[in-house]
Amino acid sequence: MASDPAAVQPMIEAAGLTFVYGEGAPVFRDFSWQVQTGEAWAVIGSSGCGKSTLLYLIAGLRQPSEGRLVVEGQPVTRPRASVGLVLQDYGLLPWATVWENVALPMRMGQFYRHKGGNPESPRPYPRPDISSEQVEHWLKRLGIADLRDKYPSQISGGQRQRTAIARSLLQQPNLLLLDEPFSSLDALTREDLQQLTVELRAETGLTTVVVTHIIEEAVFLGQHILVLGRPPNVAAHVIRNPEACDTEYRSRPTYWERCAELREALNASS
Amino acid sequence: MRRRDLILAALVLLAAWQMLAWLLHVEVLPGPGTVIQAFVRAVPNGLARHFLMSAWRVVASIVLAMLLAVPAGLVLGQSRAMDRFFAPIIYIIYPIPKIVFLPIILLLLGIGDRSKIFIIFVVLFFQILVVVRDQASALRPELIYSVRSLGAGRRALFRFVYLPATVPAALTALRVSVGTAIAVLFFAESFATTSGLGYYIINDSWGRLAYPEMYAGVLAMSLLGLLLYFLIDRLERRLAPWMFVT
Repeated sequence: MASDPAAVQPMIEAAGLTFVYGEGAPVFRDFSWQVQTGEAWAVIGSSGCGKSTLLYLIAGLRQPSEGRLVVEGQPVTRPRASVGLVLQDYGLLPWATVWENVALPMRMGQFYRHKGGNPESPRPYPRPDISSEQVEHWLKRLGIADLRDKYPSQISGGQRQRTAIARSLLQQPNLLLLDEPFSSLDALTREDLQQLTVELRAETGLTTVVVTHIIEEAVFLGQHILVLGRPPNVAAHVIRNPEACDTEYRSRPTYWERCAELREALNASS
Repeated sequence: MRRRDLILAALVLLAAWQMLAWLLHVEVLPGPGTVIQAFVRAVPNGLARHFLMSAWRVVASIVLAMLLAVPAGLVLGQSRAMDRFFAPIIYIIYPIPKIVFLPIILLLLGIGDRSKIFIIFVVLFFQILVVVRDQASALRPELIYSVRSLGAGRRALFRFVYLPATVPAALTALRVSVGTAIAVLFFAESFATTSGLGYYIINDSWGRLAYPEMYAGVLAMSLLGLLLYFLIDRLERRLAPWMFVT
């Protein structure tokens, strides 16, 4: 294992990262940060702090103005299939049923089947060998198999996010990015899906980065919590939270202590 | 809409027509019975030929307009730079009633099929172009981001996002403008030609004061419009079923 470079190489590495929107002030300036493979991260901050920007940079949807951002050992010049992205809303094709939405990576993999490339990570295009049994598996695992013929407009917000997660998992990513995934859901549905996220992490061994503005969500889902403040963000302020991603965590006093600590850190940083 | 309701509506309209014919009691407004008899007589005696001629012209224009306007609209909807250049041009051309160019088109393309197909094509092209462009540029960035994050390049985005998002919109635009298309066809066929329903109505019947035949022509043109409308409606339901779910 020690000779395998992938084992020691971080999943995400930002070094001297600077990002500026147009002519404005920088959101990140000379920012350095690392995520190791298999870790569960939460990124928290008030609106406008740059937390979604960071996620878009990792996803390859934005390019650094300066500095280096390396994911899976390579700079991200475009989004890749080996990095999944789940957004708060509007990520599903409105004209496709639940089944068609989940199966999209399979259909796109067949569309790009001639683009062989390196089967090892990072993968720019979807895998050509995804089967409809795998679609079936994730539909069942996410509890949306009965909704397969419904359109996104016909199902609830929680069911839509389940569909989006199933679709992301079907592409077999090494890294899953979630941008305020449960923010528009009611409290019970949200907790339900947070629970599910923890279970899926345990089942797949995925590295996860969840962007959120909800303190309880960050503490429940982030073993490491990156706290962003008013831009520009220069140093990475990280809170360690090793008990996270445990389905029992919410019932322990340490959970509430950590929430209080995070609240204080957020107040101090903004 | 249920078939029974449609038949009922047709009967109501026929009854109103019959009443009006009885009330006015003039030669220029024959009742539906007379007209339908004339229609049945006229079908084998040229009306069928004129109908097919008109149908061919309008269908050719529709196909041509779809084939050119959908890709053009997609390109403009995706490329901000292209749209910045073309938007003002389209803005100026869009509201101009294209039919006023008919004399020029007749001079340039002659009095045959080409000029008729072209004028209807021009009318439809801009309607569809604008709808497709607006639909493509109104797609939520979140949707594009998520599909790109699945590994979609430009071609896959085109195939899996832009195309399915805009074709139904194009059909809706077509359904709305098919009435205009047939009106333009009627006008274009009413002079300088010897075939088509416009010719049949204006030159062959109205000119000879053959009122029942003229109405048979009007009936045929209405049926042509209805038929196309039904066809596009069907196609829309087929290609865009999600727009009809509740």
